[in-house]
Amino acid sequence: MKRLFALLSLLVVASMLFAACTPAATEAPAGNESPAATDAPAATDAPAATDAPAGAAYECTDALGCVTIAPDEPVHLAYWGVLSGPDSSLGEDSKRGVEIAIDDRGGKIFDHDILLTTEDAGCTPEGGATAAAKLATDTSLVGLIGSSCSDETVGGIATITNAGLLTISPSNTRPVLSDPNRGPDYAGYMRTAHSDAFQGKAVAEFAYNELGARKAATLHDGSAYAEALQQVFADNFVALGGEIVAQEAVAKDATDMKPVLTTIAAAQPDFFYYPVFVAVGGYVTAQIRDVAGLEEVPIAGSDGIFTADLLKGAGANVEGMYLSSPDFSAFTGDYAGFIEKHEAKYGGSTLSTFHAHAYDAANILFAALEQVAVVQDDGTIYVPRQALRDAVYATKDFKGITGTLSCSPSGDCGAPVIAMYQVVNADPASWNPADAANPNPKKIWP
Amino acid sequence: MRTRLSERLLDLAVSGFLWGFRILIVSAIVIGTVATIRAGKYTGEQWIDFVVFGISQGSIYALIALGYTMVYGILRMINFAHGEIFMSGAFSAYFLATWLNGTGFIDSNPILGLLIPILFAMIMSAAIAMLVERIAYRPLRGAPRLVPLISAIGASFFLQYTFRGFFGPGVYAYPPIKALEGEWNLFGFGILKVQIIVAVSAAVMMAILYSIVQLTKVGKAMRAVSEDKDTAALMGIDVNRIIVTTFAVGAAMAGAAGVLYSLIFRQVGFLMGFTPGIKAFTAAVLGGIGNIPGAMVGGLVLGIFESIGPSLFLEGLGITRPYQLKDVIAYTMLVMILLFRPSGILGERLTKKKA
Repeated sequence: MKRLFALLSLLVVASMLFAACTPAATEAPAGNESPAATDAPAATDAPAATDAPAGAAYECTDALGCVTIAPDEPVHLAYWGVLSGPDSSLGEDSKRGVEIAIDDRGGKIFDHDILLTTEDAGCTPEGGATAAAKLATDTSLVGLIGSSCSDETVGGIATITNAGLLTISPSNTRPVLSDPNRGPDYAGYMRTAHSDAFQGKAVAEFAYNELGARKAATLHDGSAYAEALQQVFADNFVALGGEIVAQEAVAKDATDMKPVLTTIAAAQPDFFYYPVFVAVGGYVTAQIRDVAGLEEVPIAGSDGIFTADLLKGAGANVEGMYLSSPDFSAFTGDYAGFIEKHEAKYGGSTLSTFHAHAYDAANILFAALEQVAVVQDDGTIYVPRQALRDAVYATKDFKGITGTLSCSPSGDCGAPVIAMYQVVNADPASWNPADAANPNPKKIWP
Repeated sequence: MRTRLSERLLDLAVSGFLWGFRILIVSAIVIGTVATIRAGKYTGEQWIDFVVFGISQGSIYALIALGYTMVYGILRMINFAHGEIFMSGAFSAYFLATWLNGTGFIDSNPILGLLIPILFAMIMSAAIAMLVERIAYRPLRGAPRLVPLISAIGASFFLQYTFRGFFGPGVYAYPPIKALEGEWNLFGFGILKVQIIVAVSAAVMMAILYSIVQLTKVGKAMRAVSEDKDTAALMGIDVNRIIVTTFAVGAAMAGAAGVLYSLIFRQVGFLMGFTPGIKAFTAAVLGGIGNIPGAMVGGLVLGIFESIGPSLFLEGLGITRPYQLKDVIAYTMLVMILLFRPSGILGERLTKKKA
């Protein structure tokens, strides 16, 4: 994969250049609009000419321009996120949420088919930048759902925002992504996932109050998600009166965890938290009980490894592990109905955590589209891009599955209720957090 | 005269810089080590653990590195698909071992349960490597050097994504061998059984390989081809056959390494070959590429440094989260070797014809 790295980095450079150029490109038409009357350049003439036969009545005045959808064209959305590699369940799970949301509408909006395409971002900043660069060139796109991993957003969001697109992420949880001071690159970014400011706090409270832990150790894999989450946990744990005895990190492709675990064992923690992704999570869990001093310590992870794939890699040690996740039982919407549709369409249990968040994200996007899109008599649709963003930001008391959602001015649309689950069976086939009688993992707190 | 003076000044500056660099690295290591040892964070047992972890990881690097080094020795090409040969070995062993585990065979015969998957992985890896050689390398034998290299990268991707296509992007857990769980007590230290088994099997495998190369007729032929292909052909050696044999033997080692790796890390996935492949390539260069004992030494040195380095000298230097820099240690070593001893730890100076 990293053999691609040279190529990828070229692409990243290219996309940076692209991102650097795009504002100029979007400014240009905006700047051209007023002098258009005096000396219309050929470039502004051309789109006007193609628009004319379809729907001459509508003139796009949106600051970011409009997407034009001809009567026989589909409304094009894209899902971007991790669809390959060890974390593919996370992305695939969210993609299914979007697909179910589309099915619920009969696959149509304004009597146009909905076309969903996907772009793999590989759960890395480079992958996010590459995917974003590809998406930014597609002028038929109305909006995006994604990304899966916070790293992908960090890598790609500037390109997406500058292309005039918006994206609603069902599963990014890094706190700063929806920080009020997040900067103009994030103008096109919203999320239905919770911020880890809540999740880290919940895990700290669970460890300190429920397990009685006083000396915690953390490990992260260098990803934007894990690095921030373990820090939020550490800050809250210290605020509660606990002590952080070790904060270590490994590379995302590391496999031999025994040396780093030995270092952690030397600090003698009574609680070990590693909110990482599937690859590192599996290796750590598989190896941890072999390290002298860590045979008995309680272990915990978070939503990034809330998937049966963790069980596949981790083996028997995973039994008894704690995992934090959005509290499925606190979802106020019709989650049971969603699970039925999921079962009917795909069979089997949900793959990861954020399918319901993805379903809500897609529906928020559809609701905003229905508000702002201009439909001509002949079926041509115009979607003003800035107005679409504004409509998503203005979402208020939206009845979703995960709760009643309202978006903040910095793009936080989630309804964060976090619970701790415990893995009760190490067999991946037994994974089913939604099972009423025999859930695995099982909710234990609060 | 003047140009000569400036040239000499430049030479002086360069060698001064290199010496400075050497002194910097060495003193950083020494200072860090002293600081860590004085801090006394780790017990003697933990240091032994670091070394043991390093040896088992290093012997796997060494096994993979053998394939790189043998192919380089004979063809002067880097077989970048070698990491994927390793991966395919691990996959074949995984399927066989899972099936055997299902029948209860592994629990009742732990030794055979270890050996049969290793043998199967060796055969499968060798077969795939021979196919790759036949399809992707042999038609390009006479082409400029860059061409087979690119072809190797292509073969690597092809294998990766073929496996992905068949077995999906997720990871599989290698079935545990119950008899290998727990520790053995050696010299008063508890050492994980699986680590010992891995190190010993790797050592045995390397000993067999080394005796094949040194003592048998095929080995002699390999050495002859590596020395000079044309002359070897004139002496009646079937060069093509020897090249295929080399690929197969190197791949068998990688296949065995794949099983040992799965025993330690318990995960099998389609991308698993990449990092170990690159590390093993580093190990091969470290030891002196083209040199078989060099690959073994390079693998062990790399494994031990990676395992012990972060806690030994990076931590002492006050670097937080030192384990993130594990790869930095590996690649710094590579750069150092390329700068100061380009032929590697055990490598000989290459003759014009070889280089």
